[in-house]
Amino acid sequence: MSLQPDDIRRIASLARLSLSSDQSERMLGQLNGFFDLVEQMRAVDTQGIEPLAHPVAAMQDIALRLREDLASEPNNREANQRSAPAVEQGLFLVPRVIE
Amino acid sequence: MSTRLVQGYEVVIGFETHAQLSTQSKIFSRAPTAFGAEPNTQACAVDLALPGTLPVMNRGAVERAIRFGLAVGAHVAERSVFARKNYFYPDLPKGYQISQYEIPVVQGGTVQFYLGDELKTVRLVRAHLEEDAGKSLHEDFVGMSGIDLNRAGTPLLEIVTEPDIRSSDEAVAYAKELHKIVTWIGICDGNMQEGSFRCDANVSVRKPGQPLGTRREIKNLNSFKFMQQAIDYEVRWQIEQIEDGHAIEQATVLFDPDTGETRAMRTKEDAADYRYFPDPDLPPLMIDREWVEDVRAHMSELPRVMAARLVTQYGLPDYDATTLTQSQAMAAYFEAVVQACQQPKLASNWIMGEVSRRLNSGELSLEQLPVSASQLGALITRIGDNTLSNNAAKQVFDALWTGEASASLSAQAQVDALIEAKGLKQMNDSSALEAIVDEVLAANADNVAQVKAGKDKAFNALVGQVMKASKGKANPQQVNAVLKARLG
Amino acid sequence: MNDLHHLSLAEMARQLRERRLGAVEVATHFQQRAAQHLAGSNAHGDNTGAFLAVDAEVTQAQAQGAQARLDAGQGGPLEGVPIAHKDIFVTRDFPTTAGSRMLESYRSPFDATVVNRLAQAGMVTLGKLNCDEFAMGSANENSAYGVSRNPWDLQRVPGGSSGGSAAAVAAGLTPAATGTDTGGSIRQPASFCGITGIKPTYGRASRYGMIAYASSLDQAGPMARSAEDCALLLSAMCGPDPDRDSTSLDVPAEDFTLRLNDSLQGLRIGLPAQFWGDGLADEVRAAIDQALAELKQLGAVVVPVQLPRTELSIPVYYILAPAEASSNLSRFDGVKFGHRAADPVDLLDLYRRTRSEGFGEEVQRRIMIGTYVLSHGYYDAYYLQAQKIRRMIASDFQQAFTQCDVIAGPVAPTVAWALGEKSADPLASYLADIYTLPASLAGLPGMSVPCGLGAGGMPVGMQLIGNYLQESRLLNVAHQLQRQTDWHQQRPALASREVA
Repeated sequence: MSLQPDDIRRIASLARLSLSSDQSERMLGQLNGFFDLVEQMRAVDTQGIEPLAHPVAAMQDIALRLREDLASEPNNREANQRSAPAVEQGLFLVPRVIE
Repeated sequence: MSTRLVQGYEVVIGFETHAQLSTQSKIFSRAPTAFGAEPNTQACAVDLALPGTLPVMNRGAVERAIRFGLAVGAHVAERSVFARKNYFYPDLPKGYQISQYEIPVVQGGTVQFYLGDELKTVRLVRAHLEEDAGKSLHEDFVGMSGIDLNRAGTPLLEIVTEPDIRSSDEAVAYAKELHKIVTWIGICDGNMQEGSFRCDANVSVRKPGQPLGTRREIKNLNSFKFMQQAIDYEVRWQIEQIEDGHAIEQATVLFDPDTGETRAMRTKEDAADYRYFPDPDLPPLMIDREWVEDVRAHMSELPRVMAARLVTQYGLPDYDATTLTQSQAMAAYFEAVVQACQQPKLASNWIMGEVSRRLNSGELSLEQLPVSASQLGALITRIGDNTLSNNAAKQVFDALWTGEASASLSAQAQVDALIEAKGLKQMNDSSALEAIVDEVLAANADNVAQVKAGKDKAFNALVGQVMKASKGKANPQQVNAVLKARLG
Repeated sequence: MNDLHHLSLAEMARQLRERRLGAVEVATHFQQRAAQHLAGSNAHGDNTGAFLAVDAEVTQAQAQGAQARLDAGQGGPLEGVPIAHKDIFVTRDFPTTAGSRMLESYRSPFDATVVNRLAQAGMVTLGKLNCDEFAMGSANENSAYGVSRNPWDLQRVPGGSSGGSAAAVAAGLTPAATGTDTGGSIRQPASFCGITGIKPTYGRASRYGMIAYASSLDQAGPMARSAEDCALLLSAMCGPDPDRDSTSLDVPAEDFTLRLNDSLQGLRIGLPAQFWGDGLADEVRAAIDQALAELKQLGAVVVPVQLPRTELSIPVYYILAPAEASSNLSRFDGVKFGHRAADPVDLLDLYRRTRSEGFGEEVQRRIMIGTYVLSHGYYDAYYLQAQKIRRMIASDFQQAFTQCDVIAGPVAPTVAWALGEKSADPLASYLADIYTLPASLAGLPGMSVPCGLGAGGMPVGMQLIGNYLQESRLLNVAHQLQRQTDWHQQRPALASREVA
């Protein structure tokens, strides 16, 4: 398979990126080159193989660790918002959200 | 399932309900979940998705999910998986929501409730754990929105039904039953104004026997009243569209209480492609059977189980049993009253009747009820042994309500003292009654004549005279009997 | 002049403890050297561009604190010893950029767990080190703040993504550095710069405060000049972090120095046939053969093993890592922190311009790949298939470890290449990761040990891969090798020159 310019546009919009036209062109070539490299992988027979999502699961059974339900985080708003681009009355400001 | 048609169309409704779980801390962070704090003062580094932060799961949220699974007779999965639902939105700090996708923690189950006196069963598809988003505030800022992430990361249980619901009435009844369950088992405070219990209704219509129609999802129905209005409007709208030859397009709509109409939301661009994948930050959630059994052991009797018991144990009708199990408080009050008077049906009638009426008119909760279970029990005892007529009993109840009873005495002694003081004791001595009847007959020869001529009205007049003469203490049934005997 | 920067970590810690050295004196010495190597400033001919941030006051204050503890006879095992951190670790006292314009002048309100643990051990922070943007790269040419250069030849790359860390240690700007390894980002730059670096078993070191690239692969590790130094650092870095990282292992912290001197008698070293293919440069092959010969002298035996899916690890890695990255980097949206495009007309415009301005080309490329392979209709064919092959690769290793105790091979097919040589062709550098990717996908510990110089006098590293939690064994093998050889003692000329 080979990607088309439309694919690049669709993916870029999903990923919230705006690519310049020459960047899109470059990206198209590079991604198609990449997916050629990937083809060999698609041919592998993986019938009945469990996907490995967490590497250590190959070593031991893993289970999600659960913490006790305690609220111990203090209000740290000032430090947390120190690097925020736009804040007013403690709120993060963004262009109007239309619903 | 009996189907009610609207203009020849069958209404098909499925529900998705987001219940905020009543934990102290967030689902993946240690920030508090309390409602109404200053903006972003309860959003910690993890909730804000600051670089380098990672999620750590709250045991309390899992425990509540297990409780719900047991309450609706569902399967609590030994292994469930958290996945990332990817989309960009300002109230979603990470750019993805941690939810459960392919393998949810609660699978199947049913919710049963009465619609009128018909028992309905709605099947659940699943209930899964996920994190809530923050809030966008549009007031105060010109052309801008303010983002408050205090709510971000609040644990949610999303409860999804099969499309089993066939009317707006049934939808509301289902929602009320679900609300009752989550509050009864204490996993959610059920506060709809604060958004603790939010319903989305997927509504479609079809001609009977046809495949399912295209559905529109009504979002964030946060009151039972609006729920009914919104669904009724949506159903009418869809039928009109179809009748006018328009196809229904899948959409997400909001209900506007002011106009009473639903309107399509501005669809999030490419919202369709969430790119779900298992969250690599969270290993699978494993729930061993011991834990489930331990939770089961510590759960109070469930409403529908208790209702069934009230029927068998006290011989109550289904309707009474269901009504009395609306809340743990009411059910407990009922059983305490029965304990005191051994008169289940009378107790049920009084609680569903006089007690509820008084509470509603005074907008009081059962916790604020001034008449104790032992007092009501003592009162009912006196009705049961014919000491009090119903009318007299209501007067005693008034006195108990306004606190006339002297607290120093036992409940029974209080009630008896009030009966005595108010002279409400019913006259059950027949010789005394016969004497009164004879006086009345003697004094009302003309009525007697009319009765003999077959005029019932006159008979009632005589009954009234006797009751009057007995100062209301006579037992009406007895009066009837004696009069009939005399005039017979 | 003093040659403090040639002291081993163990020796430096001992002299500090015995008060023959002062923490402030040591810090000052390295601060002077580090200051000459700030990224973007080419005032000095020897500039490697290894440092992104230094802060004289913060470092001096930490050194004084360390000295106070030393004077009181208190302090941790590495009290007063300086270290610098890859800029992928968030720090309260220094800016954190992840090599990205997206985080220009970002200040974290908290320290990464690894940074905390090393501070607990008494280490003094010199500053933050250059790296590929969000750790995506093999040459440190993807940093928004300029390339980092190889101290052995400033016209060559130091490797990546922990290029600044490797360059700083090799140039003697810091006795130790932290790095992170997702697909080889500790081992490959260590190899290119002739130092020793180890990536522990996935989950050994907490990922809290390590800006995520690929969550199921990222792992922190130390980079220093010897296996012994790495053992000291790793002991301080590792340990469970149950409150902060759900993927950190429930394995207690370990003293990785205890088994350094175990005998190698009868050690079985597995040589995967697939690691010695055509792509491997002769000089690299020759250097590794020398090292293996030394190990045999110490009683080790070599056995052939098979890792049949070695080549597949390239597509598998470059599906999984970008997929996770595309999601991990969604939080950089110009709303809560970091770069934000000027005067956005609406929300979509804010998102798209912020991200395209803030992310460099390689990061955008991987976000595109990752978004595509997760998108509707492609998930099963790519992501799921890759995860299944990932399990097969992990099983291949378990099969191999039935026949050997450790696996040895090259870290990279060649020595460090020239600046710009591969930057035009991303695929070429992807292919160069072939020997480091398999252990990363399996979550196994791996390290790079210097084993001589190749073409142009550039260092060559030998890779050692152990089974899960076998870091001690790897360090033991490397340490014994380093007791017999002086490859790890060799320094670039630049490291011995006086600071200007």
